[in-house]
Amino acid sequence: MSTHAAAATTSASHWDGGHSPYATNSKKFGMWLFIISDALTFSALLFAYTYSRVSNPDWPTPFHFNPSIIFSSVMTFALLTSSLTMVMAVHSMNQGNRKAAARWILATMLAGATFVGLHLTEWLNLINNEHVTPASNPWGVPLFGATFFGITGLHMTHVVIGIIYLGIICQAVMRGKFKAEDVEVAGLYWHFVDLVWMFVFPLVYLMSAKI
Amino acid sequence: MAAPATHTAHHAPDGFIRKYVFSLDHKVIGIQYYFLGLFSVFIGMALSLLMRFHMVNPEAKVAWFAKLWPSAAAGGMMTPELYLSLMTMHGTIMVFFVLTTVPQSGFGNYFLPIQIGAEDMAFPVLNMMSFWTTFLALVVMVSAFFVQGGAPLAGWTGYPPLSGLGRLTGPGEGLGQTLWIVSIAIFCGASLMGAINFIATTVDLRCRGMRLMRMPLTCWTWLVTAILALLGFAVLLAAGVLLILDRSAGTSFFIPGGLMVSDQIITNHKGGSPLLWQHLFWFFGHPEVYIAILPGMGVTSHLLATFSRKPVFGYKAMVYAVLSIGFLGFLVWGHHMFMSGMNPYSAMAFSVLTMCIGVPSAIKTFNWIGTLWGGKIHFDTAMMFSLGFVSLFVTGGISGIFLGQPALDLYFHDTYFVVGHFHMIMGVAAIFGMFAGTFYWFPKMFGRMMNETLGKIHFYATFIGVYCIFTPMHFVGLAGNPRRYSDFSNVEYLAGLMPVHKFMTQAAYFTAAAQILFLINLFWSLKKGPKAPMNPWHSTSLEWTIPSPPPFDNFAGVHPVVNHGPYEFSVPGAPNDFIMQTDPPTEQHHDA
Repeated sequence: MSTHAAAATTSASHWDGGHSPYATNSKKFGMWLFIISDALTFSALLFAYTYSRVSNPDWPTPFHFNPSIIFSSVMTFALLTSSLTMVMAVHSMNQGNRKAAARWILATMLAGATFVGLHLTEWLNLINNEHVTPASNPWGVPLFGATFFGITGLHMTHVVIGIIYLGIICQAVMRGKFKAEDVEVAGLYWHFVDLVWMFVFPLVYLMSAKI
Repeated sequence: MAAPATHTAHHAPDGFIRKYVFSLDHKVIGIQYYFLGLFSVFIGMALSLLMRFHMVNPEAKVAWFAKLWPSAAAGGMMTPELYLSLMTMHGTIMVFFVLTTVPQSGFGNYFLPIQIGAEDMAFPVLNMMSFWTTFLALVVMVSAFFVQGGAPLAGWTGYPPLSGLGRLTGPGEGLGQTLWIVSIAIFCGASLMGAINFIATTVDLRCRGMRLMRMPLTCWTWLVTAILALLGFAVLLAAGVLLILDRSAGTSFFIPGGLMVSDQIITNHKGGSPLLWQHLFWFFGHPEVYIAILPGMGVTSHLLATFSRKPVFGYKAMVYAVLSIGFLGFLVWGHHMFMSGMNPYSAMAFSVLTMCIGVPSAIKTFNWIGTLWGGKIHFDTAMMFSLGFVSLFVTGGISGIFLGQPALDLYFHDTYFVVGHFHMIMGVAAIFGMFAGTFYWFPKMFGRMMNETLGKIHFYATFIGVYCIFTPMHFVGLAGNPRRYSDFSNVEYLAGLMPVHKFMTQAAYFTAAAQILFLINLFWSLKKGPKAPMNPWHSTSLEWTIPSPPPFDNFAGVHPVVNHGPYEFSVPGAPNDFIMQTDPPTEQHHDA
């Protein structure tokens, strides 16, 4: 009788209880929820940036095509590449090839680290040679430096956390622990961080290019 | 991420630490949150009593003030700065560590999994981390009292430039304000963890047959509250990060150029806007009001049905009303900023949207009355507090309609009218929801009944007391009494209002004293209350199908199956006047 009732309820709708309506474990759903929340945090920062920019009509656009935009394009390329290697890691894991998956995760971490390294080089160049700090810059409106370091800083923090996260996943995968889904969940985070950069790059770099 | 959801029965851990301190059991965590809130509410109340005392005795010299605050109350006389820091800490502790914590994280943690038929939350480790992060935030917040300069004085809204310029703007604006921001940021993290857990649990872990439209209304309000917390606190976190940068990295997100503070022109900041903070803060701040009140609405709906022995009037309308209140809550933040300088067209839009919230709120109120109509009402203490909730919700809600109109708000905004309004609806109504929840669920949580006589005396004293405190505030507000002033005894046009203030202060003393009855009842019943049966209120939801208190994994390894809606009371032809959700299906069955 109970099995009959169960069949009746499960066939009616995915939302009738007794199982996850997305037919996945809660971890993946939890990561999506985190991504929604984190997306709002970044949206708030980008809103603050937009608000500050609109209310300061003499906002500077100091980034020369060479080297600033070229350099940041290389950073973008490194991050995009890392998303590709992450896709390969999830793919290998789904096929049960843990060794390949671990290698692709390492490649992702490497590309992420390249991004952070290039980014820090750029930061140090701006701070030491161009004399840009969060509080001031040679081009006028002090908020330029504040928004630049604030937004890219928070993003870089996310990338660094992502590299550590992937490191944990990678060593677990190599030791035969964790399931394909765990790699996929880490991938969700990594792609999200990459996606955020796709907003930061045009808004903070391209819109600050000297034309 | 935390450990995945387990669908097999797990065993209770051994050892005091894993069982009661760093417990992964949602029931223990719920009780931890409850007592954290109880501790906080008494701190918050003590601060409000000090403020009320100072307002009617601004010149009084109290010896122990001088001992507590050697510089801020030198000679025993409270300085205006100390008054402001009491107000800031009162607001902050009450909003974050009581109103946000107890109804959602306390009761929600304990009863959401049980009411939907789950063994635990989706992420038990995350749940434990969420509580201890909240605890850390509370420790950091309270420590602001003890640092040099004392607690911050920018209000619970932390408005810059007051909060952004450091010691220059007041003694508490140094380290105290920094600790305040850090505590709020930590709290944002804790809320995020909690919100993810609540949503994932509700979506993924409902037992067989627990359709969304069979969830008790409490679960609906916890779900919507979690969504609001997920979205709202994320934005507050961003605002907090920017404010910290302004304070410590010399940026100027919120500080305009040419500002004159304490006879000094601020030269190292320019280009920012305090309005930006207000936009970001109130984008969180308005949903926060609903985070505080929605669980109270859920408890009230649940209890009105149980104690009137009738189904909730318009269950689906109630669900849609909660959803639309949650949705509209994100579109009305501007109504907190009518006074801050706003394009009149924007003000108009925010005003119209604000009025729209009156519609779902009225649906809820009328449905509560419809639930009571013709019911066989049992006046237990839990029910009294639910009725009190409806009363306070209407009283506080109606003054909200006045404040939502820009033209009237310009006059009311900086007066006691606003203080009366938000205390009625967001403060006391939510507190009544917590009292109702306490009296209703205490038997399940601790296995003993609370004392009804003491409970009713406490209810009447509190109900009369809060109306005596907060109703007159509307009138002194109408008379033009500004809020946030520490002393208006020497202002000519306000001197005539002093007797009203004296009355409110005495009412506050009386109400605070009445809370001792609650504490006695709570702790006496914990030890000496009569043993509670499994279902003392003849209620229908799943927590009443298991022993009081419930076993470690809630359903002792059994997977419950739900066949009924949550409010099947007084069904014609049924043997009892209530049908448990897990009872076998009936022949001509209609969902509530």
